[in-house]
Amino acid sequence: MTRALELVARGAPSRFWTWASPLLALAATMACGMLLFGVLGKPPLQAVAMFFVEPLATTRGIAEVLLKATPLALCAIGLSLCFRANVWNIGAEGQLIAGAIAAAAVAVAADSGNAAWILVAAIVAGALGGMAWASITALLRDRFNANEILVSLMLVYVAQLLLSWVVHGPLKDPAGFGFPQSPLFDRAARLPLLVERTRLHVGVLLAPLAAAAAWLLLTRSVIGLQLRVAGLAPRAARYAGFSARTVLWTVLAACGALAGLAGALEVTGPIGQLTPSVSPGYGFAAIIVAFVGRLHPLGVVAASILMALIFIGGELAQSRLGLPSSLTGVYQGLLLLFLLGADTLIANRLRLRARAA
Amino acid sequence: MTTPRLSLRGICKRYPGVVANDGVSLDVAAGEIHAVLGENGAGKSTLVKIIGGAVAADAGTIEFDGQPMPAADPAAARALGVAMVYQHFSLFDSLTVAENIALGLDGSRRGLEAAIVDAGERYGLPVDPAAHVHDLSLGERQRVEILRALLARPKLLILDEPTSVLTPQATERLFETLRQLAAEGVSILFISHKLDEIRRLASRCTVLRSGRVVAVVDPREESEQALARLMIGGQPPPLAAHGTPVGRPRLRVEALPLRGGKVSFELRSGEILGIAGISGNGQNSLLSLLAGEVAAPAESIQLDGQPIGRLGPGERRALGLRYVPEERIGHGAVPEFSLAENVLLSVDRLRRGGFIRRSSAAAFAAEVVQRFDVRCSGVEARAASLSGGNLQKFLVGREVLAGPAVLLVSQPTWGVDVGAAAAIRNALLELRGRGCAILVVSEEIDELFELADRLMVMAAHRLSPAVQAVQLPIDELGRWMAGRWPEVLA
Repeated sequence: MTRALELVARGAPSRFWTWASPLLALAATMACGMLLFGVLGKPPLQAVAMFFVEPLATTRGIAEVLLKATPLALCAIGLSLCFRANVWNIGAEGQLIAGAIAAAAVAVAADSGNAAWILVAAIVAGALGGMAWASITALLRDRFNANEILVSLMLVYVAQLLLSWVVHGPLKDPAGFGFPQSPLFDRAARLPLLVERTRLHVGVLLAPLAAAAAWLLLTRSVIGLQLRVAGLAPRAARYAGFSARTVLWTVLAACGALAGLAGALEVTGPIGQLTPSVSPGYGFAAIIVAFVGRLHPLGVVAASILMALIFIGGELAQSRLGLPSSLTGVYQGLLLLFLLGADTLIANRLRLRARAA
Repeated sequence: MTTPRLSLRGICKRYPGVVANDGVSLDVAAGEIHAVLGENGAGKSTLVKIIGGAVAADAGTIEFDGQPMPAADPAAARALGVAMVYQHFSLFDSLTVAENIALGLDGSRRGLEAAIVDAGERYGLPVDPAAHVHDLSLGERQRVEILRALLARPKLLILDEPTSVLTPQATERLFETLRQLAAEGVSILFISHKLDEIRRLASRCTVLRSGRVVAVVDPREESEQALARLMIGGQPPPLAAHGTPVGRPRLRVEALPLRGGKVSFELRSGEILGIAGISGNGQNSLLSLLAGEVAAPAESIQLDGQPIGRLGPGERRALGLRYVPEERIGHGAVPEFSLAENVLLSVDRLRRGGFIRRSSAAAFAAEVVQRFDVRCSGVEARAASLSGGNLQKFLVGREVLAGPAVLLVSQPTWGVDVGAAAAIRNALLELRGRGCAILVVSEEIDELFELADRLMVMAAHRLSPAVQAVQLPIDELGRWMAGRWPEVLA
């Protein structure tokens, strides 16, 4: 007799595993992380310390986690709306960069004379910039039925090159010794700090606000109903007479605005100027955040904090232990991989069965 | 006594809030045609799934040819010779007919296409093996399901409501096949709500009510009324009387382009106009155009004289035109949504000012559930958790309660048992009595004769002229369904 593990389909998806699956994936990621540390010749428990203890040990550390979680959460909330509607926008990174450029273009004009409104104008410009960038994807999909996965992804690279041109050209600091970056923004165009002696700015409050708004949109509004029906049963959406175009434009515009907002908060917050490295890949990591958070706005907020820990843990492992910085990417990939595996348990259960040899 | 082919003892299965099977015992001998009769939610489909290994029973034993059968193991059941034709389809849309059948056979694919054509001719179930399943109608898909089961050379063939989409001639051919298979020693378990078919085909019949076996009878010796009483534990509601005066034209279809040809007809207030015909002959395309899911030339569809061909489904609903589509899951309802959310699809007044009126939606859904006797655990139950007949009662109820001026209904009682079917038909007749204009597309001829004032026939994307239902003899209708009708009526 041998024993075999089998997958057996459940009658209905398991509510328990919908939320337990990300936790299982996290546990598996940590186990792998410890193994990886061991192979690299470090004590395995240091993996836990670097990623989950150190970053949360001080006020400053917690502030950094929240600071990183903010753009992740904003992008992932927007992506959740898209994914729920079966619009596979994977270009939040490009929309974030477009938002950062637009916000910087306004912020460099700041001086003490226009202090009252320039910050708000820069942030609004950021949201509009992201929205405009996402609208290109919507337009091409709407008019020419172009695949939104390819278009949104390719537009990321276009946005990166645009950023590179802007910091080498129009927005380059004339007094910057030739460095490719904009001048530092005037104090008037910088976000006020929320906690003294940290980098945590008031913009961080926009993430939970956006999550609450997205939750209301999904559960209470007609457009939220339309996008859920479009994602779950496109024929039922046609039956109801819901416009697929409205849904497409709405989710892309919303996601673009949120990603653009994230970019605007980065340049007017911790960075304070436009540089070629505005984002360490927040827009891509947000795809993982969206799925770990179960495409639920509140789940996404929790998942963004987890992803922020992975970013910071990776930096710590590099600076403290001299490990390669690509560790962050490895952890992100492992998390997504294990999540996709663990999600099998939502629709299936495992069964151990005796089987004749 | 010889060992039965299949023997169930004390099968129990509970779902949250429902006992689907409560101590069910049943024997099927080799070469026997055994019927299982019961209302929606009586536990027939659950029992079938337990035998087929798709669902594990909470208690009870299953023996096949005297040997215990492994529980919840579809592969083992298949290997023993159990073949299933499920009520809900289990075909892959993106594959061809031959590919779908090959998946179920786990054998060589060589010669399969020829075998499919051969079997199709022999059993009166013609299908094109190279066709993609997503291009097939419900009726054609069912043929594929039956063929797939037959090609596996089963020892026990289980059919769950197999005849609902077949013509009378095709049903008779299928019955001949089943009798021949039985004579060859194949056991047949036949799940149906059609009392006359059970009486014609089966030599024994197990009647289920609320998950329990209430009787085991020889259906050939029982009257239809007696069987119906056993099944529902009372008399079925009588149908309302026919013959209300017909009013003014409401929906006018003029030279509506449909697959190369053009169709025209008129639907009047206070009448039920039936469209007979085998599915896959253009009925779905016609309904998509009429409901507004696909746009048509503006003037080709008129509602009360107003051209509506270019309007979408929501705009047409606002003018009083409502629609119950053939496919419940994924078209008429979102399976993952609760009943309370599903009313939001078509009851537009529950959405206002960009927001959903959640409590009004729940109240509306609760009224549908109560008025149409929908068996469910409440308005928060997911649509997918309802049995086919109960979901259909809910969807018809949703449209009826919303107060239509013109109602389009496709296959109103497909896969629905007599009790629920009578309730749905009565609701349609009552609606007609209130002056609604109703278009019923159905493959069930008996249903059309019961409901319709006038009949048309659809074949090969063409529509016959409309005639008074009483003036169309059934064999004449059979010819029309093959596409042979007189172009000009006397």
